Amino acid sequence: MSQVRVLVGTHKGAFVLTSDGKRKDWKVEGPHFGGLEIYHVKGSPIEPNRIYASQAGDWFGQVVHRSDDGGVTWEAVGNDFKYHGTPGTHQWYDGTPHPWEFKRVWHFEPSPHDVDTVFAGVEDAALFKSTDGGKTWAELSGLREHSTGSQWAPGAGGLCLHTIILDPRNPERMYTAISAAGAFRSDDGGKTWKTITKGLKSDFLPNPTAEVGHCVHHVAMHPSNPNVLFMQKHWDVMRSDDAGENWREVSGNLPSDFGFVIDVHAHDPQTIYVVPIKSDSEHYPPDGKLRVYRSKGGNEWEALTKGLPQKDCYVNVLRDAMAVDTMDECGIYFGTTGGQVYASADSGDTWNAIVRDLPAVKSVEVQTLK
Amino acid sequence: MVRVKLPYHLQQLAHVGSEIAVEVTGAVTQRSILDALEAKYPMLRGTIREHESGKRRAYLRFFACQEDLSHEPPDAALPEAVAKGEEPFMIVGAIAGG
Repeated sequence: MSQVRVLVGTHKGAFVLTSDGKRKDWKVEGPHFGGLEIYHVKGSPIEPNRIYASQAGDWFGQVVHRSDDGGVTWEAVGNDFKYHGTPGTHQWYDGTPHPWEFKRVWHFEPSPHDVDTVFAGVEDAALFKSTDGGKTWAELSGLREHSTGSQWAPGAGGLCLHTIILDPRNPERMYTAISAAGAFRSDDGGKTWKTITKGLKSDFLPNPTAEVGHCVHHVAMHPSNPNVLFMQKHWDVMRSDDAGENWREVSGNLPSDFGFVIDVHAHDPQTIYVVPIKSDSEHYPPDGKLRVYRSKGGNEWEALTKGLPQKDCYVNVLRDAMAVDTMDECGIYFGTTGGQVYASADSGDTWNAIVRDLPAVKSVEVQTLK
Repeated sequence: MVRVKLPYHLQQLAHVGSEIAVEVTGAVTQRSILDALEAKYPMLRGTIREHESGKRRAYLRFFACQEDLSHEPPDAALPEAVAKGEEPFMIVGAIAGG
């Protein structure tokens, strides 16, 4: 019997939501790590009961929790994220040099090839790798030591590496995205990196088409079509058909092309989803209407509203808070800063809230258990 | 044995109650207590003091015998009542946040 497990990281703990394949009735378990800020929770694609959770806060710093029973019990594993060598400086908000300081893990990306290998994207931006299930971490320093690294500056949320995409067909190829530096690709397993920002335009930069400085909010890829990338930038929804070498804007008729999340339908690599947010100054949906927009490849967008609040809604949907399941009829999920987790069991046509009153949702990941 | 009081979230992390006892060899100082604590409960490493620098995390304070000892040197001797186990060494989280 198929089952869907939704892993939710919130401002005050982690929650595990489960349902059968119908995705109608849900069981809500949690909070795990109640009262603590959980940035991300993600399971292994090859051993789904292996799950990692990132707890990060001012009091106790970073704690990495690992579960080997599907999120029922947890143990703390390694939390020593030490930059390679002498880290030097990046730019601060005012353009002055600022030393690299580890603050937190924003994103875990477990390997699709080896159960004990997991990548971590951290703030201040760097990529770490563990090959022992999270007990020890080593930096893949080629990214932070990229020739542009000293020019990277934080976005409002910090200088965070928030997106890690592993090419399922080519273990040597991986992508990362950093706010507010840009997007990067490695073709040698993370040793060396190149910027992939050609075509991005950010009007807040002195040079709007500079190599770095773009506030990339999230990037998504369909595993069957790994050369095609979709990006939600600070402003602009972008698409690349050549593994990030060139980008073109596909915002089309969106009511706002500002937003954080972007994801791809599980079975149709051209169908993408975004949640428009009014602006970088007003982090809530345009007109108080929470609408998911769906498109075949970009430019022409369709509003999906059935079951979503269409008045007086002023929540945000953060960058790692949308995910899809791989059931025959693809399920789409997203969480809001108002504590709702919405699910659609029909590719976005209709929506229901699984829960409405969680703490502010930071991340949503989905596991399809068959 | 030295008595140590932990804030709630560290009790949860270490799966212990509010007060625990640790064996400290040699002089009883902040450093020797924390070394003993982390050896017995390795999941607490990095949560009270930073990994590399060993610095107390900014949102935590160390109290004992009605004194704030947070800014004492880590190798300074703690009050005799702490060393004898008559008074606990208290690790206290800042009252802050939302």
